[in-house]
Amino acid sequence: MIAVNGHPNGLVQPGSTVRAMLDVLGLDEAARGVAVAVDAEVVPRAEWSTFLLADDAHVEVLTAVQGG
Amino acid sequence: MTQTATDPLVIGTRTYKSRLLLGTGGFPRLEALAEAIGASGTELVTVALRRIDPAQRGSLVDVLDAAGVELLPNTAGCFTARDAVLTAKLAREAFGTDLVKLEVIGDERTLLPDAVELLAAAEELVAAGFVVLPYTTDDPVLAKRLEDVGCAAVMPLGSPIGSGMGIRNPYNIGLIVEQAKVPVVLDAGVGTASDAALAMELGCDAVLCASAISRAQDPTAMALAIRAGVEGGRLARGAGRIPRRLYAEASTPDAGLPSFG
Repeated sequence: MIAVNGHPNGLVQPGSTVRAMLDVLGLDEAARGVAVAVDAEVVPRAEWSTFLLADDAHVEVLTAVQGG
Repeated sequence: MTQTATDPLVIGTRTYKSRLLLGTGGFPRLEALAEAIGASGTELVTVALRRIDPAQRGSLVDVLDAAGVELLPNTAGCFTARDAVLTAKLAREAFGTDLVKLEVIGDERTLLPDAVELLAAAEELVAAGFVVLPYTTDDPVLAKRLEDVGCAAVMPLGSPIGSGMGIRNPYNIGLIVEQAKVPVVLDAGVGTASDAALAMELGCDAVLCASAISRAQDPTAMALAIRAGVEGGRLARGAGRIPRRLYAEASTPDAGLPSFG
């Protein structure tokens, strides 16, 4: 199962794109300040609509918070 | 050496009128952050990256965009060069900036930098095209090494993050300033305006301040105070202070002193 931000997420189907995953999560893909890593590699925004998630993908979806 | 309060801070190819960088951590509300940004006059503010919460649409970036400030993403929370490099690359994607405040922490209790991991991460990020501003200890040798691998500035701590303990080793900060060919930004430890002024009097090019402002009873007033401290310290550095003496030196002449018998 695909893990999103540390939790297995059955709603995200293996083989779906990063963009499709963001839709499933209810996230605005146009939002500034969002970044995605899959298996500890950055997925550039330009590849969100083509990058396919494997069934054991470890996905991190990050955004800006106050800090530093 | 003549310095004025108006000569710009130059980091890489960027120039800033303000010499106060603001950390956004610790503000209880975004409105308080926005007010403090205005009062501080800052042009460059830090942001961090964390897991997104779909329920809470963050408007932090909107607030910062509305304030007209540039973002300086940090790698806070990273304990290895690998994690810091990946976080910096994610920040570049998220915010479209090549600036990064590089933090690689070596100890949870003190949040002191891990020198070995920090230098490795700095070298890798410079090679990847980042403008690297490393948060470092007040060790002049490490500061030099960071400059040598291509960092655009060095940001030594005055004392541990959030401690408000001021500048514990002003001699080391002075040594770092003396040798540096890149801007020196005093980062961490500032507790109040006099700490910021001291940093500038020691010759630092700028001050980065978060908790001292965000956790003050009146953050907006403290932002104003620290801004004034930075400006005053900068002016004083340029003005050239008198040497310290153990004994008094009268400013009133002895000549013409009357004798009253």
